[in-house]
Amino acid sequence: MISGVVLDLSNILGVLIALRPEIIITLAALAVTVLAAWRHKTVDDRQTAAWVTIIALAVAQGSVGFLWYQGYHPFGVSPMVTVDYFRLASATIILLGALLTVLLSLSYVERERLWAPEYYALLLLAVAGMLFMAAGSDLVTIFLGLELMSVSVYVLAGINRRSQHSAEAALKYFLLGAFASAFLLYGIALTYGATGTTNLLLINFQVQSLALQSNVMLLLGLGLLLVGFGFKVAAVPFHMWAPDVYDGAPTPVTAFMAAGVKAAGFAALARVLLTAFISVAPVWQEALWWLAAVTMIAGNLVALAQRNIKRMLAYSSIAHAGYLLAALAPGTVVGAAALLFYGLAYTLMTLGAFTVLAGAGRDGERTLKVDDLAGLAERRPWVAAALTVFLLSLLGFPGTAGFMGKWYILQAIVDARQITLAVVLVAASVISAGYYLPIIMAMYMKPAPSADSHAGVQVVGAARWVLGVTAILLVLFGVWPNAAMNLAQRGGSDLRPIRAPSAQEEHQH
Amino acid sequence: MLLQPALVVSAVLFALGVAGVLLRRNAIVIFMCVELMLNAVNLTFVALAQQLGPEGQVVVFFVMAVAAAEAAVGLAIVIGIYRHDQTLDLGNINLLSG
Repeated sequence: MISGVVLDLSNILGVLIALRPEIIITLAALAVTVLAAWRHKTVDDRQTAAWVTIIALAVAQGSVGFLWYQGYHPFGVSPMVTVDYFRLASATIILLGALLTVLLSLSYVERERLWAPEYYALLLLAVAGMLFMAAGSDLVTIFLGLELMSVSVYVLAGINRRSQHSAEAALKYFLLGAFASAFLLYGIALTYGATGTTNLLLINFQVQSLALQSNVMLLLGLGLLLVGFGFKVAAVPFHMWAPDVYDGAPTPVTAFMAAGVKAAGFAALARVLLTAFISVAPVWQEALWWLAAVTMIAGNLVALAQRNIKRMLAYSSIAHAGYLLAALAPGTVVGAAALLFYGLAYTLMTLGAFTVLAGAGRDGERTLKVDDLAGLAERRPWVAAALTVFLLSLLGFPGTAGFMGKWYILQAIVDARQITLAVVLVAASVISAGYYLPIIMAMYMKPAPSADSHAGVQVVGAARWVLGVTAILLVLFGVWPNAAMNLAQRGGSDLRPIRAPSAQEEHQH
Repeated sequence: MLLQPALVVSAVLFALGVAGVLLRRNAIVIFMCVELMLNAVNLTFVALAQQLGPEGQVVVFFVMAVAAAEAAVGLAIVIGIYRHDQTLDLGNINLLSG
């Protein structure tokens, strides 16, 4: 039997315990809104808002840890949200990504004069939405979480009101995001029409007991859900908004979108597919197979053609959505664990890389080219070393967390005998060497163009900590992945397929 | 009874919305088409709720709230872009491309 505390989620007290992290984040978002409205003129006021945010994220993480170690699990079918290790592991990744984003923003906001007092409040609201996406055990909860996150991030993308690029990024993200939400919602409606419920577990029970495996409405609903999620996680062919939006948004927001939004999207997608639609697994496995393969290949090939580092990282982020989809394609518990591990590694490495970019660039960093980093190793050896770790990890070089993550994904794929997909993944990684390695070569092997060429590289204060911590964790998880992997496996194992209780079992209750 | 026609009408409305988003170039018109899609889905929910119980009708209220929030943020973004570009034609808003 499962040990730990049983939580009755039909009772308000049970829900209050289960939702502690979300409640903390929401209250903090309101507090920061009030604080920002009250005082936002000086540097100190903005720093205060940032530190309140950091404390809230830390406290929320503490309550996630509390739920984890108490081993809370729901009694019966959880109505709207659930408590399980998968949710808590995803929440940890999301909160870590948000925490690093705030630390990175501290100096960036001042340097770029992004004096919008609502910045941190919006960040917290987006985090609340993400947590609900990871926690939702009902399609409606997941949809509302997704909308809370998306609406906040639309504003964040356009937070730099002086920048035309930022405004354009916000507009594109908004239009495509709302378009995607409509698809997702239609998918929910058709699923509801076919099964009469929006609860993930009950959908699966209905599909099994009414034998809806080839019901047209259900399969259409599944298809529309996949399109909606495909847009949100930027999978090819639904990725066309991503490069422009990542490119135009302020760099910390880009990092937040690449890490947090993607992690939350995948957490929700994994739960929906593995809980509600596990009985029609062959259908979505086929679809994910193609999505993953095309995303990996196309993302990496187009990234090769980019000279602009920010845009290159945007395409690299699309390619990484492909790797994560590949982890999900087998539809197994091992795949879900690999998804969590790679999600953690990806959050660390992408935030690290964007932190260097934010420090090295100016005016939105849009124009920073590979050659602009020539000779960086001579002038700023630590920054160059950290960036090298991030890029090698993104590439999947042995000794980094990125390698272990890809290794686990490959294991999951090969276990499910999808050998071709494994070959595609390895080939895509080889292609990606073509754009990660030139950056490292430029930093270490080319001379700096002039004596003061890297004087403007500013990685100060908290951003330094982000670089140090992410680089050390990536190497640590690369050579000693067991601790993180154990957590990921516990998280993944919560998504094992659940059969509808047969008539006999019903009688026993 | 009326379920089948209602579902067909909402599917047609949804398709019109998709076509509008893909074919029109004005940001506000595209946004209106997205709203059309959302309302098509609302119609689906209400029609289904006739047979499946009130849950579908509850969803409609959530969707209306979400659509209102999206409209508030979206129109603010549109005003923001108009101040920069003096146009809402997506064909002319293409600083970021490639």
